[in-house]
Amino acid sequence: MAGAPPSPTSAAGGVPLVSLQSISKTFSNGTVALHDFSLDIGERQFVSLLGPSGCGKSTVLRIIAGLGDPTAGTVTWPAAADGAGTRHQREIGFVFQEPTLMPWATAYNNVWLPLRLRGVSKTDARDQVMEALQMVGLEKFAGAYPRELSGGMKMRVSIARALITRPKLLLMDEPFAALDEITRFKLNDDLLHLWETFGWTVVFVTHSVFESVYLSNRIVVMAARPGRVFADLAVDAPYPRDEDFRTSGAYNEYCRLTSDALHRAILSTMAVS
Amino acid sequence: MTAIEAERHAANDAIEDEVPVPPPRASLGERALRIGVPVVMLVLVVAAWQAYVTIAEVPHYILPSPVRIAEALVSDWDMLGRALLITLRTTFLALILALVGGVLLSIVLVQSRWIELALFPYAVILQVTPIIAVAPLILIYTETTQQALLICAFLVAFFPVLANTTQGLKSTDHNLLNLFELYRASGWQTLVYLKLPNALPFFLAGLRIAGGLALIAAVVAEFAAGTAGGNAGLAFRLLESQFRLNIPRLFAALVLLSFTGVLIYATTSLISYLLLRKWHESALRREN
Repeated sequence: MAGAPPSPTSAAGGVPLVSLQSISKTFSNGTVALHDFSLDIGERQFVSLLGPSGCGKSTVLRIIAGLGDPTAGTVTWPAAADGAGTRHQREIGFVFQEPTLMPWATAYNNVWLPLRLRGVSKTDARDQVMEALQMVGLEKFAGAYPRELSGGMKMRVSIARALITRPKLLLMDEPFAALDEITRFKLNDDLLHLWETFGWTVVFVTHSVFESVYLSNRIVVMAARPGRVFADLAVDAPYPRDEDFRTSGAYNEYCRLTSDALHRAILSTMAVS
Repeated sequence: MTAIEAERHAANDAIEDEVPVPPPRASLGERALRIGVPVVMLVLVVAAWQAYVTIAEVPHYILPSPVRIAEALVSDWDMLGRALLITLRTTFLALILALVGGVLLSIVLVQSRWIELALFPYAVILQVTPIIAVAPLILIYTETTQQALLICAFLVAFFPVLANTTQGLKSTDHNLLNLFELYRASGWQTLVYLKLPNALPFFLAGLRIAGGLALIAAVVAEFAAGTAGGNAGLAFRLLESQFRLNIPRLFAALVLLSFTGVLIYATTSLISYLLLRKWHESALRREN
């Protein structure tokens, strides 16, 4: 398999790829989505943001992506040459909870979009588009319209679109939440495989304890109202992970620990409200 | 591709084997039925009409028989055909202006909430004021009657295009907008690649309404203007036939108008179907 197996770098060691410092976000309706939220994300980490709904997980992703500025606090890109990360922003891939495809465009044209917006013509983009589709196993469906694809296939197109710019950072907002379990497991495995091959940094929002343990090497448990970091857990199980990991004792132990932290996070939320 | 990858892809195909099935086509029998039923019904109605006029000996200046109307259509074709062409010219010019104007103004309107607040009420006022009541004013202000007719038809056809396209431009998926922002799309790119395609089904719904309305408004304006002579449209020929009690010709003009209206509706529906059939729900058969 290509590429060295990524090692989980702790937030403290090495220069983080992206660093959120004392981020607060208050929406115009007065809801405090995040309060004094700080998080360093190291290169090649697979970080899951886990927490009850309304804890600001998605808000964190949007702020990292530069969609909507924080009310207070700063986002820096210490690993970037210029530190500000303006260049780096272009290297972000974003996968939404819904596939978010343009229904009037074929899979090919949907994946082409990020390059098209940079002025790459359809024929010049051909190799990259086909490669991205191949990565998600959909090269045969380049000409298909979204409505002709199953839920899992649409999500694969969405992932291919996020990958085509060869991002350093992949932000995923509960991407598989709406899929059935069999499809979700399959996509989990494929995502892990791609991550091991290409070694991007992934920030993965989920509300599934099992999914977060299976995929990530670091789980950030968040509490709600206001959104904050409640626990920061390392999952040191080696990659590649497969069905054997899913049934192992270590997996169960990680799930128990994570689940426990999540429960305490939910209780703390209730105590506050 | 490594062996593992190949295996994965094979597994992909196995698991997500919901390969796109082409939408089921209507069976031959069903299609024949869909065309056959309206045609049989039409023949029955015309036959009943003919029978009634013949048996009850209705005078042709009260209710002409279908055969007589057809005769009028043939014998007066020179006059009626020319009138139809004039009405059609007004209709289509007005429709084209309404499409261009409606789309352009809707693009301006969605640029800012302030512009929309400032301009939209006037579009509504123009729409809700009956055109027949405004026509006399427009006749005073314009140099030629032709211009007045065009403006009247335009005013009526314009609003559905504007309202629908505006709605379409505003109903763009927020996550897709986020995606465009993430990739730093320019305002122009967002408009051309995202907002306009998204507004297309709405625009086409507006087009279908506007097509029919443009014809109606052209005829109404002709009535109001009362153009006579060589430049007279179908509406004038209709009125003239009524004055002269030439009821078969009146019916012939009416048939031409209805037929034109149906043709416009069919054409706009076809355009809409052709543009949307690949992706939009409205053009797809339900698969259950």
